[in-house]
Amino acid sequence: MNTSVTIAGVTFKNPVMTASGTFGSGMEYSEFVDLGRLGAVVTKGVANVPWPGNETPRVAETWGGMLNAIGLQNPGIDTFMKRDLVFLKDYDTRVIVNVCGRTIEDYVEVVERLGDEPRVDMLEINVSCPNVREGAIAFGQKAEALEKITREIKKKAVQPVIMKLSPNVTDIAEMARAAESAGADAVSLINTITGMKIDIHRRKFALANKTGGLSGPAIKPVAVRMVYQAAHAVSIPVIGMGGIASAEDALEFIMAGATAVAVGAMNFVNPYTTVETVRGIEDFMKEQKIEDINTLIGCVE
Amino acid sequence: MAKQKTSAIIRRQDRIAEDIYDLRLETELAQQAGAGQFVSVYLPDASRLLPRPISICGIDRRAGEVRLVYRIAGGGTALLSGMKAGERLDVLGVLGNGFPLERADGKRVLVMGGGIGIPPMLLSAKMLQERGRALGVTAVLGYRSETFLLNEFESVCPVIVATEDGSRGSRGNVMDAMKEHKAVADTIFACGPMPMLRAVKKLAEANNMEAYISLEERMACGVGACLGCVTKTVGIDAHSMVRNSRICTDGPVYDARDVEI
Repeated sequence: MNTSVTIAGVTFKNPVMTASGTFGSGMEYSEFVDLGRLGAVVTKGVANVPWPGNETPRVAETWGGMLNAIGLQNPGIDTFMKRDLVFLKDYDTRVIVNVCGRTIEDYVEVVERLGDEPRVDMLEINVSCPNVREGAIAFGQKAEALEKITREIKKKAVQPVIMKLSPNVTDIAEMARAAESAGADAVSLINTITGMKIDIHRRKFALANKTGGLSGPAIKPVAVRMVYQAAHAVSIPVIGMGGIASAEDALEFIMAGATAVAVGAMNFVNPYTTVETVRGIEDFMKEQKIEDINTLIGCVE
Repeated sequence: MAKQKTSAIIRRQDRIAEDIYDLRLETELAQQAGAGQFVSVYLPDASRLLPRPISICGIDRRAGEVRLVYRIAGGGTALLSGMKAGERLDVLGVLGNGFPLERADGKRVLVMGGGIGIPPMLLSAKMLQERGRALGVTAVLGYRSETFLLNEFESVCPVIVATEDGSRGSRGNVMDAMKEHKAVADTIFACGPMPMLRAVKKLAEANNMEAYISLEERMACGVGACLGCVTKTVGIDAHSMVRNSRICTDGPVYDARDVEI
């Protein structure tokens, strides 16, 4: 039985990854799960310098989901390389580093710093965080801007590049095509959907940032639809995410056209979700006598 | 022992004051829990994703029991309050750093609690007395009106009480009661609403006392991964490399001098 998948020449032991920002660099969740069971650890977004993020409250629960507006707090690339990458060295899993920035130069600086890091298998470029005002999302909502940043990053990147797409666009297929045409090796989607919650008793926004990104099971049908559309628009691999809570959810994304999937908010609900998803996919394949997971990718009719 | 998500059994649950519930859980987490730490409680409703962080009010290691006293703050805790003995409840724990009880050795200690910040201070007072190295432990408790856990505090240490409506003890808050009783201390352990913790920090700084305060913030993961529950710190935090510390992991208890609240 083969559960491994390949994206841009990088082979993953199984298609289950962690969604950036929900898993730190794996350190915190290594108390709960064996990181070596995962296809990849996708790290929290890292910038060229430390970012303080937004004011609190940064998180709020909503029906079947949650809003967050962390604002990409991160310790900066120096600490990340000295601490987080060194920690990950001991685990037999792929490492995908999520990169964020305010300007193209910021992104390129981080991408270049990571170029000669053998522990980094791929880069995921965050052009879709809805919670920071400058940079980030500005590159992810217009096809021309997405093409431009993708092209600049591809010029300098040593590792294959995944562009992480925002669902907060009119036409996800157009965005996926823009990334592909500018040389992206893969796309991942969806990032969170911009939302808002109001505390009616206090007449205040639930989040200090007013708006936040919605994630969790509530967004899954939107995410499956967008993954399906993106997968049909491009020939590069698609990594699917958005509310995955189980192997059944993961398989939906795979059948919609995702080569790999990521578990995000559900890590907070059940810290064992990633490994349970890996196990569940294996069980499904055994039950259904499926020899190779690759035969399931995009198989929906 | 590592943190874990585990299935606890409700031994009993009682309403002990208006909107205040006393929940006893049978769980192996009792073996590791300490004063000032907390557990996160998952609700039996899949639409309510995030666990509710609740401080530990008591532990009985021999009976394998963790006691949580909480207030109904919304739909989630209202649901929790309806759960009965024998039902199962998923909990994540043990979380947070806890009070540094050793900082009270040889010191006069005030254990201060305001409102729903009172429950964790009961365990703190008990453990300080069991440790037996403080020069004296006094509890200062502030209630809106109706008291709870008061008898239990009185069996542990001398208690100063304040109520906002003056129905019991001093009229006002814990700070008013402290002044009225001319309570002195070298070290303060405190949990309560933010204005109270700000006042404790100010008092400690003005009088060269040590104060350890337990902070609260909206949380998601509870284990330090999501960076949802941060507090501003005076210096650069060693983990975040900015002036933010993760309350769930590096707190909830801080030396008051280290945080900007």
